[in-house]
Amino acid sequence: MAAANVPTARPVPLRALRSFLGTYGLILVLLAMPVAFGIADLREEGDLSRLGNNLLDGLSNGSIWALVAIGYTLVYGIVELINFAHGEVFMIGSFVSAGFFGTIGLTAATGAAGLVVGLLLTLVLAMIASGALNVMIERVAYRPLRNAPKLAPLITAVGFSFILQNVGLLWRGGSQQSIVDLIESQQELFSFAGISVTNGDALAVAVTVPLVLAMTAFIAKSRLGKAMRATAQDPDAARLMGINVDTTISATFLIGGMLAGAAGLIYALYQTTVWFFQGFTAGLIAFTAAVMGGIGNLRGAVLGGLIIGFIQQLSDNRIGTQWTPAIVFAYLVLIMVFKPSGLLGEQTREAG
Amino acid sequence: MSATPTASAPQPAAPGRRGQRARRRGLPDLSSNTRRGLVAAAILFGALLPLFLQSGGGFIDDATLALAYVVMALGLNIIVGFAGLLDLGYVAFFAIGAYTMGYFGSLFHIDVNDGKGLHILVSGPAAELPGIHMNFLLVLVAAIIATTIAGMVIGLPTLRLRGDYIAIVTLAFGEIVGRIAINGDEITGFGTKLTNGRQGITPVDKIDLPFADPFTSLNLRPWYWVAFALVLIVLFVNFRLRDSRLGRAWIALREDEVAAVSMGVPLVRTKLLAYGTGAAFGGMAGAFLASYLNTVNADQFQFSFSIFILAMVILGGLGSIWGVVVGAVALSFINNRLIPDVLNNVPSKIGLDFDLTELSFGIFGFLLVIMMVLRPEGLIPERRRQIELEEGIEDLAVDETVYESRVP
Repeated sequence: MAAANVPTARPVPLRALRSFLGTYGLILVLLAMPVAFGIADLREEGDLSRLGNNLLDGLSNGSIWALVAIGYTLVYGIVELINFAHGEVFMIGSFVSAGFFGTIGLTAATGAAGLVVGLLLTLVLAMIASGALNVMIERVAYRPLRNAPKLAPLITAVGFSFILQNVGLLWRGGSQQSIVDLIESQQELFSFAGISVTNGDALAVAVTVPLVLAMTAFIAKSRLGKAMRATAQDPDAARLMGINVDTTISATFLIGGMLAGAAGLIYALYQTTVWFFQGFTAGLIAFTAAVMGGIGNLRGAVLGGLIIGFIQQLSDNRIGTQWTPAIVFAYLVLIMVFKPSGLLGEQTREAG
Repeated sequence: MSATPTASAPQPAAPGRRGQRARRRGLPDLSSNTRRGLVAAAILFGALLPLFLQSGGGFIDDATLALAYVVMALGLNIIVGFAGLLDLGYVAFFAIGAYTMGYFGSLFHIDVNDGKGLHILVSGPAAELPGIHMNFLLVLVAAIIATTIAGMVIGLPTLRLRGDYIAIVTLAFGEIVGRIAINGDEITGFGTKLTNGRQGITPVDKIDLPFADPFTSLNLRPWYWVAFALVLIVLFVNFRLRDSRLGRAWIALREDEVAAVSMGVPLVRTKLLAYGTGAAFGGMAGAFLASYLNTVNADQFQFSFSIFILAMVILGGLGSIWGVVVGAVALSFINNRLIPDVLNNVPSKIGLDFDLTELSFGIFGFLLVIMMVLRPEGLIPERRRQIELEEGIEDLAVDETVYESRVP
């Protein structure tokens, strides 16, 4: 490593390679898989429809991860804590949705109008339940540890994650449960240049985009959003300016939980299975997405979620499902090597 | 209380009260003789304990497991506690250590040397079997070398990173290693598979030491003593390292990286040595556990295992060697004994009819939450951190938590 500091000693081609990698390495890394598979498709099938389908599926999956990742990034931005229980909040959102379908009598035979109203109701309920749960976790597990060493809340977060997993296990048993396919999620809605858009894809995008837009606007414009940003920047100064930091932190957890609940509903409709362990994987992926985009950065979380969705679909479809986690994490390591503070840069106190 | 109230502490009385609490919670100051006596008594107790236990009983089994976890927790403590690098992928070193044992002490390479096997310093039944069989001590050395290298390789990409980015990159490596362990049967090369996939590698050679009878699964005492010896070695290394130049460099990096580097602490070497040393202990424990459990099971190497070990370190007290020992023993007994064996009978005793094994996850999580809320600084906090808590709570807290100035 010491040699790297002596520029004259380096041969010229190596230095050129180094600066080239420094500038374009990240783009190369991100484009490697889609371009490689695109060329293979063109050679074998003559068109890019398979790649397009992969990317579309990635978009809808990625929007679920984006919703969960926003929760991570919001909470991290404001209390600098990896909220390990967040994935389980998402899982509970799925379970509440799946349970509520039965309660209000939604079946695959319900008419379109009834379905829309029912799903909207479920969405609201799932969001409230997950949001309230997240606020409760903050109250019980994180607030008492505010003066504690930094890593202490990490352990209570893990503890709560185990507790919620157990709740899920008792609620719906240990195996994956299929639930009623309300929106016929694999049904093709329309197709475009060989890319078929399914109901599930449409739902994922239709729920995610307005939610993310509304939330971004809320944080940018509203009084509470301003308080959240101020608290994230400097809690002490925020308090001196008359901001109630406790309420603001609770509100952050509420919003994060609500988005996770919405993601839980989409997941249940899209995958048509729920499982007590789904939150664990989702939490890991979403946290990865948040870090990939630059932790504390909302747009980064969305971008990271989408990128991970693409990588996952490409890898599921071409390499094998069993390798997907390894490939997602390998991508994460590569991105961290080229851009140590995430794709869009972090926005935390430590970063200054 | 030498702390001066600053603008960020609105209630001057608060730091003083907190300081007293921190002092009360720490260990009482003991003279060095008492301390030495206590340590000697603890070692004697640990060494003689198996003589009072059934040689094949469940308790000695749990105790041996606990000792292996102590070795791992002490290793992780070097990375997280001393050097302040949050490592969420420690399971990778467990896996690599275990696979070293699997490679060099089982039937895994069954075709090697035309099916006649390769034997280095082994006696007993293993000397007749095909596959590579090496003496446990050699395997231990191999595991240490392999994990040290792996630790440094994993450490390399994290050198430029800060704080929780290190956590996620190490987590990523842990997951990648776990995935490779599970799907490694698809990767072949040099006429052999990389791993055995979900089938796992089993059976694994029993420990075979010179001047000792071959170990069996019926008499667990020798296993316990080997684990205990490993713990003693690791403890010794830990104490010597902590008080060495390198240990002070780690702590300096943990406290303030910029200041430490500008005072001449070599960043790359110090960090990589922390990863390498911590990883080596994980590899030792991994090799031991593979032999003890008689299997290298790919499904063991999950993220939750890293969290389990990390919980031991944080619960015991980050950076505090005795604290980590206590934390590891406590969590291991809670997980392996209290929840499955003791609490299981409670519902039937109080006249309820349900299966508590279904709740074991939740109980473990609940205990973690309770322990942490009651004692957030760990069971036995590190002396240096305790002093910080007493004297400089404002300075420390501004950096580390959001809530410093909150009036309780």
